[in-house]
Amino acid sequence: MPKHIVATVHEIPPGERKIVEIGGRSIGVFNVKGMFYALRNICPHQGGPLCEGRITGFVMADKPGGAYTYARRGEILRCPWHGWEFDVTTGQSWVDPISTRTRSYAVEVAPGDALPAGYQPGPYTAETFDVSIEQEYVVVELPG
Amino acid sequence: MSEPTCIDCDIHNELPALETLYPYLPEYWLAYCRESAFNGPDADDYPAGAPTSARDGSTSNPDLMEVQAQALRDADIGILNCAYRVQSVRNEDLAACLATAINCWQVEHWLEKEPRLRASVVVPSHSPRLAAAEIDRWGGHSGFVQVILPVRAEAPYGNRRYDPIFAAAVRHDLVIGIHFGGAPGLPPTPTGWPSYYIEEYAGMAQIFQSQVISLVIEGVFERFPALRVALIEGGFTWLPSLMWRMDKEWKGLRHNTPWVKQQPSEYMRTHLRLTMQPLDAPPNPTHLAQILEQCGAEDLLLYASDYPHRHECPDILWALLSAEQRKKIRSANAKALYRL
Repeated sequence: MPKHIVATVHEIPPGERKIVEIGGRSIGVFNVKGMFYALRNICPHQGGPLCEGRITGFVMADKPGGAYTYARRGEILRCPWHGWEFDVTTGQSWVDPISTRTRSYAVEVAPGDALPAGYQPGPYTAETFDVSIEQEYVVVELPG
Repeated sequence: MSEPTCIDCDIHNELPALETLYPYLPEYWLAYCRESAFNGPDADDYPAGAPTSARDGSTSNPDLMEVQAQALRDADIGILNCAYRVQSVRNEDLAACLATAINCWQVEHWLEKEPRLRASVVVPSHSPRLAAAEIDRWGGHSGFVQVILPVRAEAPYGNRRYDPIFAAAVRHDLVIGIHFGGAPGLPPTPTGWPSYYIEEYAGMAQIFQSQVISLVIEGVFERFPALRVALIEGGFTWLPSLMWRMDKEWKGLRHNTPWVKQQPSEYMRTHLRLTMQPLDAPPNPTHLAQILEQCGAEDLLLYASDYPHRHECPDILWALLSAEQRKKIRSANAKALYRL
């Protein structure tokens, strides 16, 4: 039962997220510029609710008083507990990347009218079925 | 000269009296010193009567003969750290003239008379532009290997106002020596004025840590990648915990100072060296061994007697080190740092 419907596409616009619970696991589903990514809502550093953190960019500067520039704007998630920065698209932590990586899950967008049998609807399933047929569902796939 | 086997990175050469500088002062400031009540910088880092200020058989203001007979008895090379705090003179022009004068005195009465000695350029660091000019004045003199800054300052040294000093040091390949003491007019503790000398004397380690934090976090080593800093007479046992704390907090606060691109401890290991005195040795030598291992002391420490000041016997430290480690701390680290 690896696949779960967690939201409609329209429910998570670009730059937004939805935190869902699937099989007892809290998971954050993010829309980054139209692409969807899902991360375990536990910071691998100290267990904080990572997916509730600020979505930002990777801020850079060469010196105090110099220009601040941002890379990967909208793709960096900062844990609300200690501020550790993670790449939303890969779950990769910027600090200590070898040993610190949060769990990420495969996400796909399935057409609303083409749900294969066997999909496990997530918590939002009931409502979405009531939405019009043009809507698409966000589906999170958990490892088998 | 053969390979030095012992380099003493902290020997004091202090001015006997303001009058000693009279031959080196320009006419106007000479007249000012003679006609006013000015008695020189009012810092008193080493009170003459304090037992810490002089060891047995020494004076708190040793002259060249005493330094030759005592401090250079075992050392092949000695680095002078003159603690004349011109920074406490509020008139920046007078402070700069006093700095030039005492540097002339160091050349004439120390460097030119004793080839085993090297010296530190005294600068009006509260006036970074004038300080840089003083560094430029002496940068070509082979006897000067360092610029000395008192650890107590008007602002932490990572502040951009001090950049001209660091730029000049790098320009002349000089070490920045941050040394115990100073009288910037601010209290010698981060929380106000203490009542007793021991509070100031032992508490100075806090200010060293503040300076390290500032240099690293305000990006000095990113702006001046070639800069080398010696922390002199500030102890070192506080270093491991500071490294751990800074690394830990940097992981979450990196975005606050994005120019800090490496872990703070990496900057510290690369750019900082620390003299071994005062040795804050714990009662149990095993614990000191742990500290040495925790901070990688064999690559960071510099042998220093801090003559004439009185400190704990360093035998406890030597006993914990291998012959190779002792060689690094006794001479190799200083040789590399000061290009000796």
